[in-house]
Amino acid sequence: MSDETYLDLSNLTLAYGKTVAVESLNLSIRKGELIALLGPSGCGKTTTMRAITGLLRPASGKITLDGADITYVPANKRHVGLVFQSYALFPHLTVFENVAFGLRLKKLPTVEINQRVEAGLAMVGLSKFHSRKPAELSGGQQQRVALARSLVMEPKVLLLDEPLSNLDARLRLEMRTELQRVQRESGVTMVFVTHDQNEALALADRIVVMKEGAIEQVGSPEDVYNRPQSRFVADFVGFENIFPVEGDGIRTEAGAMQLSAKPAAGASGLAWRPNMVTLGEGRFEGEVLGAAFAGGSREYLLKSPLGPIKAEMDAAAPAFEPGSRVAFDLPPERAAVLERM
Amino acid sequence: MTSRLLSYVTLTLVLIFLLGPFVIIVAAALSGGETLAFPPQGLSLKWVMKVFEVESFRASFALSMFLAIFGTLAALVLGVPVAYAASRYRLPFGETIRTIVSAPIIVPGIIVGLALLRYLVIPLDVSVGVALFIAHTALILPYAVRVVSASLDNLRSDIEEAAVILGSSRVATFFRIVLPNIQSGILAAFILGFVTSFNQVPVSLFLSGPGVRTLPIDMIWYMEITYDPSVAALAALLAFLSISIVFLAERFLGFSRYV
Repeated sequence: MSDETYLDLSNLTLAYGKTVAVESLNLSIRKGELIALLGPSGCGKTTTMRAITGLLRPASGKITLDGADITYVPANKRHVGLVFQSYALFPHLTVFENVAFGLRLKKLPTVEINQRVEAGLAMVGLSKFHSRKPAELSGGQQQRVALARSLVMEPKVLLLDEPLSNLDARLRLEMRTELQRVQRESGVTMVFVTHDQNEALALADRIVVMKEGAIEQVGSPEDVYNRPQSRFVADFVGFENIFPVEGDGIRTEAGAMQLSAKPAAGASGLAWRPNMVTLGEGRFEGEVLGAAFAGGSREYLLKSPLGPIKAEMDAAAPAFEPGSRVAFDLPPERAAVLERM
Repeated sequence: MTSRLLSYVTLTLVLIFLLGPFVIIVAAALSGGETLAFPPQGLSLKWVMKVFEVESFRASFALSMFLAIFGTLAALVLGVPVAYAASRYRLPFGETIRTIVSAPIIVPGIIVGLALLRYLVIPLDVSVGVALFIAHTALILPYAVRVVSASLDNLRSDIEEAAVILGSSRVATFFRIVLPNIQSGILAAFILGFVTSFNQVPVSLFLSGPGVRTLPIDMIWYMEITYDPSVAALAALLAFLSISIVFLAERFLGFSRYV
């Protein structure tokens, strides 16, 4: 991975007719990086991906790839690959012909086409499935064919649209490992779109969190998971107790509340994951509304003067019964400090 | 018990209603007598053989075949792009275009025939053959658009984008990816169009001139002059032709999925 920018989106505005989907987006991606575009549906992540492929013409802005301006280069001349969420295999062609499709258009010699298709199918472990039709393959196998079909073209950037969402839990883990291996072996720059934070955390070198057509935060999985910068990102990665900062404390349903220490200067909010909440002791008190056993831990919903609080305790610790009153604390030193609410 | 009996009675009546005319025609065709009659007088194949000797039947059969084959092909050449555009793009007047395209199904054939005669054949001096060709193409067009649209709607449009990203132009994508996947729909449209054109009466009635008649019209003319069973024999032959085409289409294409 080099430090130089390889794919650059600058001031990119994307629209469907008059509806603006993405506004003034800036993003630099290095060669060989594995980037996740993460966000809920409608955040503009798929739109951004379509603009990179050339299927959607930007309303304004610039896209550069490998030093060349490709903003208005048509999709069929971009050297960009895309693995569709639905795989989009050609139903009338065999696995071999699906993978060979792009190579045949390049008018490569037959020998080279055969070699590259074989290598591509071997890479995704489907060498034995040559002459099958897509309808005769499982979902996971279809996805591998789609992956091989893009990889044999040796694209400069490979985009993947929700690559794991159509697979069952076991296959998802397998495919995740597979994608990482393929990326390592081929060294291709990959950008994938997902709404699943776990997928993004497990796969990506860097995560781009998007909200309503704009980037909320860009950072390593650790950054995004542990140090969300905004309320939106915190909420998205599982901080379920979020309060705005007011004065030297936080603003709650019962008004301003002091914590055991002052929030950091410049903080506009504090956020705690359920497992960061101290239960059984502390300066606040609440009533247990609900408790659920979750294997290694117990999850509680508390009704408190601050508002509803979600807490999680090790299953080995003594359980609190619904209806009982319990003391709790929001330790400021454990909270994520939010710059934007 | 009564309801069961009732349903058998209904079923029998429906079958008689549907198959009765066909049985009568076939029986009349195999008649040994001199006039069209049921029950037939004696049994013979002579009227079936006679069909092939009538000169005007041969000529009108050729014309009907020509119209059915080339009229349908012309309708497909026009209809496939219309169906593609309607299913893939949000057209500004999409609904209007759909309505216009299906107008020939809704407007009675008599009116279409009269209109073509009054405003095409008479003022523009278009030959009857050309007018027939235009009329049949227009009549088949709605069927072509509908049947092809149905198979296009079943084809995901993202495979076209996939082909484009792999380096194919939009036009090449249509021929390499779209056409191969809708070919059974196109074949179904062809068969439906062929049968529709071949059996067409009301429009052809207005557009027949001296020596230029489609087979069904020729059969009506023939019956007005000669009342022998050869018309029944021809009708029976045509029925068998239609049935075998549809049977084969159902067998190999699953025709009923499209119609």
